[in-house]
Amino acid sequence: MPNQFDVIILGGGPAGYVAAIRAAQLGLATALVEKEKLGGVCVNIGCIPTKALLHSAYIARLLREAKEFGIEAGAVKTDYGVAMQRSRRVSDQNSKGVEFLMKKNKVTVVKGTGVLQPGKKVKVGSDSYEARKAVIVATGSRVKGLPQIGLEINKTTVISSDEALFLEQAPASMAVVGAGAVGMEFADIFHAFGTKVTLIEVLPRILPLEDAEASDALTKSYKKRGIEVLAGAKVTKANVGKDRVALDVEANGAKQKVEAAVVLMAAGRAVNTENIGLKEAGVQLNDRGFIKVDQNLQTTTPGVYAIGDVAGPPMLAHKGFREGVVVAEQVAGRRPHPIKYDNVPSVTYCHPEVASIGLTEDQCKERKLDYVVGRFPFSANGRARGTGETEGFVKIIRDKKYGEILGAHIVGSPASELIHELAVARENEYTVEEVELAIHAHPTMSEAVAEAALDSLGRAIHM
Amino acid sequence: MATTVFMEALSPTMEEGRLVKWHKREGDAVQVGETLAEVETDKAIMDLQARADGILRQVAVAEGQTVPVGKEIAVIVAPGEAVAAGRGTGEEGRVAPSPAATVPAASPVPHHSPPAAAAADATRVKASPLARRMAKESGVDLQLLTGSGPGGRVVRRDLETAAARPAATVSASAPVAPVPPPPSPIPVSRTGAPYEDVPLTQIRKTIAKRLATSLGPVPHFFLTTEVDMERAAEARDALNRQLGDRGKVSFNDIILKATALALTKHRACNAWFQEDHIRYWNEVHIGMAVAVEDGLITPVIRNADVKPLLEIGREAGDLADKARSRRLQPHEYTGSTFSVSNLGMFDIDQFTAVINPPEAGIIAVGSIVQKPVVVDATVLPRRRMRITMSCDHRVIDGATGAGFLKTLKEMLENPLAMLL
Repeated sequence: MPNQFDVIILGGGPAGYVAAIRAAQLGLATALVEKEKLGGVCVNIGCIPTKALLHSAYIARLLREAKEFGIEAGAVKTDYGVAMQRSRRVSDQNSKGVEFLMKKNKVTVVKGTGVLQPGKKVKVGSDSYEARKAVIVATGSRVKGLPQIGLEINKTTVISSDEALFLEQAPASMAVVGAGAVGMEFADIFHAFGTKVTLIEVLPRILPLEDAEASDALTKSYKKRGIEVLAGAKVTKANVGKDRVALDVEANGAKQKVEAAVVLMAAGRAVNTENIGLKEAGVQLNDRGFIKVDQNLQTTTPGVYAIGDVAGPPMLAHKGFREGVVVAEQVAGRRPHPIKYDNVPSVTYCHPEVASIGLTEDQCKERKLDYVVGRFPFSANGRARGTGETEGFVKIIRDKKYGEILGAHIVGSPASELIHELAVARENEYTVEEVELAIHAHPTMSEAVAEAALDSLGRAIHM
Repeated sequence: MATTVFMEALSPTMEEGRLVKWHKREGDAVQVGETLAEVETDKAIMDLQARADGILRQVAVAEGQTVPVGKEIAVIVAPGEAVAAGRGTGEEGRVAPSPAATVPAASPVPHHSPPAAAAADATRVKASPLARRMAKESGVDLQLLTGSGPGGRVVRRDLETAAARPAATVSASAPVAPVPPPPSPIPVSRTGAPYEDVPLTQIRKTIAKRLATSLGPVPHFFLTTEVDMERAAEARDALNRQLGDRGKVSFNDIILKATALALTKHRACNAWFQEDHIRYWNEVHIGMAVAVEDGLITPVIRNADVKPLLEIGREAGDLADKARSRRLQPHEYTGSTFSVSNLGMFDIDQFTAVINPPEAGIIAVGSIVQKPVVVDATVLPRRRMRITMSCDHRVIDGATGAGFLKTLKEMLENPLAMLL
């Protein structure tokens, strides 16, 4: 039977392609079904190209401030089109990288849309495939607009990240609706490319899932550089014109109008669960629209698993990676280490970056935990002073009795890199004392992590 | 001056002890050498003695509680002396410091260096730092928990699971009768439950640890031979007739003696493997495996090669009795150079024994059975016994072991050879 495999995976995004590699490593005959480019949203229209654009934005800002560092760069001219072209090359390289990994691991890639059939079968077009061991659904998610207030994505004046990533030039003005990671990052990018940006968040503060102190720090930072930040602000009406959108925004009881050439919808994603035969195969969804899975990520149909965004939040590539590994190992008969979902780091790559793991201080309060907070600002860190990256802080929340690291929150230029020290600590159940005992090189921004740990014990050295 | 009472290492391998019974109570006057408490070690129940004169204070360990070696369990203070900061007895506030007690009450309690085992103990269990702290705070013994983390590491989840269960595995909180009998090895289930979790007793833990360091890392090989015991039986009968009321010689005594004598002729088998060297013993100390309730222990007959048979018999009897009542002193079960395990009385024909490290060998003795044997072209009924030697191949090679076994066989088949 040429179309028989041990494992068939629907979707070649982060969760799917990692599951494929791991399954192949474990000797399973593996097929991966993908209708578009390998790498999914992350590689093609998500994580990777935005990081390229954010770096362009970072360079623009550096050049504008370069004079202070003794470098005269003249008038800084930005060209979003060029930056966009570069980000496409980066995405293509990464997608080709995934293609190479599939070949290297002898994973059969099937082009097309996989549709689940009863009995661990998958149909792609007119071809039928059969899995001996498991079918893994990793079909991911997509952006969605807010049609209920007239903000349906029209791809010209009301766009999503999908379109923003392909603009030839930065618009003169932009309203970004939603101040989660996506909204924050695009606000940062377009502002650096000269767009007048208004950031609108319906919840009381931007980065609503992060610690309140992180939200405050970013609000200040954005306002200081000229991004308008409207938090607790509801778009009540949208008037979508041909080359302009007028929004009625209600914030703190006051009404105001926001006009912009483009509205970027950065709120909410929808999972791709339609037209892939889930119902026919007996795979049920939960009340929030995600595929219903047990703790082994098996769906309501035995032998069918779901991983990544379709299996539930957090909708993060690295969470999908890990689920891919775990399911592949399970299918191969291994007993993988269970996933600790409270230990998935969350990172927003705007400037300064925001990274966190574990509980926020508000969550600690809600749970009535007995905790102590340790903080260390980068303004007191020698390395940060040298680079001029003094914005932000490290905040560690520890359990009062045992010193367990309940949560850690970092705002600062290298926050996305620094958070992993605390991820390792939490995964291994180190307490703040083990973090502090590890010798941190001087001068580094990592020292702030050790100092925050010390501060939670009431004995910070450099503060 | 206050003297701290530590849980002492009352056996060489003891890492923790269960406080069986306090002989002195809070506020009692104690003298150096007096028994403060009975402690169950991994081998036996031992007396913990006072190391200072004074009044017993701050008794921190309840009867039935298990604590690691080196843990402070009480303090002996001078009469009238206030107790150092920490847990109060509720009384020291009213007692004015005597003129003699010039040392301020808050001065740290002098730390008599606790036995060496204490320091190593804390790091022996694999546990996350958080699990360690939680266990310390709540008095849970990490050794009693099964780790579910990577590589069997005890993590927070395991402590939470343990806390949710009744006191079975949490030694600190188990209420215990004043003098608890040694736990019965296998409780009979009346509940009809498919299984019952019974915490490891100290001795069972030690057996597990010691034997796991044997069969795993020690490259064993086995040699079996069948010994004709006809003449040994005749010799035994003759000796016992002659002894009359003065005592009895058993087959086991003869086997112990013969083994010891054979070892003097095969020093290569009377050795300890010591990682970077081999210690060949000139003295012969025979360990004798004794089954006790819930385990086994190997008391030692020292210099068995030079002791008369009757004395070996008497010593073996005494040691076995002591082992069964768990009153063996450490010097009575340490230092053997070779061991003998005899399951003949259980009708076992033949078995292999696990080497007791660092010894290099052990013999396993089966039962004496009448068998038809061809002697001089005639089939005769003969009493035969199978012995199997386990050898540590790092010390003993096949021919070396076989040579020893041949000598032992000769001695048993012809007891007169023991005189040679």
